[in-house]
Amino acid sequence: MVSLTYIAAALATLPLIFILVHLVRAGAASINPAFFMQMPKPVGESGGGMANAIVGTLILISIAATVGLPIGIGAGLYLAEHKGKRLANTVRFLSDVLNGLPSIVMGIFAWQFLVRPAGHFSALAGGIALGVMMIPLVTRTTEEMIRIVPNSLREAALALGYQRWRTSLSIILRTALPGIVTGALVAVARVAGETAPLLFTAFGNQFWSAAIQRPIAALPLQIFTYAISPYDAWHSQAWAGALVLIGIVLVISIAARLATRSRFGSAVD
Amino acid sequence: MSTDASPPLVPGQAAPPTESGDLSRSIASSGAGDRVYTGLTTFFALCIPLLLAFLALEIGRAAWPAFSRFGLGFITSSEWNVPAGRFGAAPAIFGTIVSSVIALVLATPLAIGVAIFLSEFAPPWLQQPVAFLVDLLAAIPSVVYGLWGIFVLIPLLRDPVIPFLRDTLHLGATPFFAGPAYGPSMLAAGVILAIMSLPYISAVSREVLRAVPRSQREAALALGATRWEMIWDAVLPNARSGIIGGVILGLGRALGETMAVTMVIGNRAEISASLLAPGYTMASLIANEFSEATSDLHLSALMAVGGVLFVITIVVNGIARWLVWTVERGAAG
Repeated sequence: MVSLTYIAAALATLPLIFILVHLVRAGAASINPAFFMQMPKPVGESGGGMANAIVGTLILISIAATVGLPIGIGAGLYLAEHKGKRLANTVRFLSDVLNGLPSIVMGIFAWQFLVRPAGHFSALAGGIALGVMMIPLVTRTTEEMIRIVPNSLREAALALGYQRWRTSLSIILRTALPGIVTGALVAVARVAGETAPLLFTAFGNQFWSAAIQRPIAALPLQIFTYAISPYDAWHSQAWAGALVLIGIVLVISIAARLATRSRFGSAVD
Repeated sequence: MSTDASPPLVPGQAAPPTESGDLSRSIASSGAGDRVYTGLTTFFALCIPLLLAFLALEIGRAAWPAFSRFGLGFITSSEWNVPAGRFGAAPAIFGTIVSSVIALVLATPLAIGVAIFLSEFAPPWLQQPVAFLVDLLAAIPSVVYGLWGIFVLIPLLRDPVIPFLRDTLHLGATPFFAGPAYGPSMLAAGVILAIMSLPYISAVSREVLRAVPRSQREAALALGATRWEMIWDAVLPNARSGIIGGVILGLGRALGETMAVTMVIGNRAEISASLLAPGYTMASLIANEFSEATSDLHLSALMAVGGVLFVITIVVNGIARWLVWTVERGAAG
């Protein structure tokens, strides 16, 4: 029976290895400087790149972080400092509900709320949809990171005559900062790969556009479009795009780990 | 921490005459800043309930025309006919449930096996890498799973797997594996969802198994149980409701998963007993038809599907959280 658990462990790690190996094999051939510098080529012409989609994804992530981080960190501070209050418990529960919300439902909500009244798709609507998805993740990690700051630090600051808000912001928040940065980066990494909330908001764009009022290309959207197309050239572009997307997600995740490590270094002076 | 670099503690003038005078002044002067700070954090915290209420309101409002037109028939009718303007969500609800059940049937034994392996048997040097690899499954974007599903998983199912199930295991005679196998199918969606929900189930199970008190294990071993009997008779019964919570949490993920499913399920609004037939899930129905919705009623019907999905995931996640919470509270107390 014990060996069954060994087999389970082997089987469970297999899909990941399968996926990553195939991703590198199928995608690496199309990765070259042009992939990062050039625009998508029309059907029938080989080569080309996803410059617009890569930039689009970066713009969408920036909008998402602008929306999601302040609300998430603020709500996390509130939850950590009002532990046990009825409102705090309600907010914590609803934050979990928001976390479990299917991404496609977030997509149609953003469409109904932002795209329909405006009359056109926009990068802004896509970024906000992603930002809202970040909120529960950031709230949760902020709360947990602030909880592990020893209470003696807070008491010491208060005893020294610091006001409550200054204690929270310049002592507690600052001490918890590396952990919160990690949480924020993990949240960014998660929304960077989201496709469903962008289908009816950012919509995608075959041309160069960095305007937040207009439809914008995004790496996941481009991968989706290319994957379901009937053209072989586009399929290999989709694999290359997926490899770049995984690369972005991994780089952000590694940065998140490094941020936590510096917690034990000299982050707090 | 260096205190000399900090700014003056009480932004004030000369030293106060008495201790109590200082205290009362500092409390009085802290009022405004504290009020602003508390007000701001409360506002950010309130954003979450407000956002959810607004979301429910907006989707409810957009879905209303479809609900009022079809009533309960919207959920029970299996006719999703766009040109005729008749919308019944039963095929999508059916597909959502079936694909998620396939996912759980495949993922649960594996996930619990990994969790037991990691918490009980794994040599220390293997614990971290295996846990990391399984957790990493959750970091892969849905659209990449979909891409892999189209070009690797579906051909794999079509060639060795389905003929094996049908001819070698003689499952072709059952209605579940009858009919032609084109490729995109409920089975493909279920397998993809199994891989995607695996990390969630195994992460929760691992936590729950770790939360089972050491004394339970030691008592079982002291009574002469083997390691496996200890797990089976002492650890698993204690962790049962938490593991079920983890499975339901995985179910919550599987129900709402969109892109990967849309890419491999075949997108056809029909109820079929065969797992090899194409189908629809609620999420893939919205993803596939929303941008091409022709009429206001069609749009409203898709919004209504979103609303139903929203309610189902809230209920499922609520049950899961409650189950995990009861175990963790039990372990703490």
